[in-house]
Amino acid sequence: MIYGVSLSLVLALLWWVLSGYDKITLLAFGAVSVVIAMVLVLRMRILDRETVPFMRLHTLIPYYIWLGSEIAKANMAVVKASLKPEIDITPRLVRVPVKADSDLARCVFANSITLTPGTVTVEIEEDAFLVHALDASFTAPEGFAEMNLYSARATDGDAK
Amino acid sequence: MDILLLIRDFASIALMAVGVIFVLAGAIGVVRLPDFYTRMHAAGVTDTLGAEMIVLALMLQAGFTLLSAKLLLVGFILFLTSPTATHAVANAAHRAGLNPLLSRHQPPHPRDAESGEKP
Repeated sequence: MIYGVSLSLVLALLWWVLSGYDKITLLAFGAVSVVIAMVLVLRMRILDRETVPFMRLHTLIPYYIWLGSEIAKANMAVVKASLKPEIDITPRLVRVPVKADSDLARCVFANSITLTPGTVTVEIEEDAFLVHALDASFTAPEGFAEMNLYSARATDGDAK
Repeated sequence: MDILLLIRDFASIALMAVGVIFVLAGAIGVVRLPDFYTRMHAAGVTDTLGAEMIVLALMLQAGFTLLSAKLLLVGFILFLTSPTATHAVANAAHRAGLNPLLSRHQPPHPRDAESGEKP
């Protein structure tokens, strides 16, 4: 129920932001399209915490701000490595262990690794990710463990 | 009032210049790095910091309007879709059996390469 209400509100807000209309007739058309979208979502039975992660925004937003600072740091390192007059890199393929309770936490962690320049998740395994790194200096296990901890806390956190 | 607008313009121009530098650095990296997987990392610089900084600069230009909200959505969607696309490309290459280069890559300086001298 709470998922349905929050999804309708977000869809309505999205419709209004993208159209910018303020006439009542056009707003009614927007409401009708939100209702049609909700009927489709309910018929497909995909309404759960993965499609509507708005309940976790209070932990996800601080997490993505922290991730943004990590991304900025990693960007500098990649730019330095690729613009040096004499390229000197040692690419690595490492297996990163994953501790996550839900698929959502695994998904957020895998996307965080890929979003950070210098590391890309190549393959998802049962309890680990295969990660390709531009240089051996990007493969510190402590860095991955820290990111895993924060992403799991942001998605599953105080659920238990 | 005018001085505030001037500060906003300067901040926006600075952000856009830095964003363009990152996009350019990513493009140079794509050309210079040795194999598919390492080039992918350089492309990652373009669609994280480069694109986000340009979107941020445009948001400063638009001010506190509906246009700004749309730009925020553009930035947000880039933030969510770029890792998915990168992972799809990397996973496809891995499953097709493309082996990454894993040894140390240290090409000779163009100056030494020209004289035909091998270090």
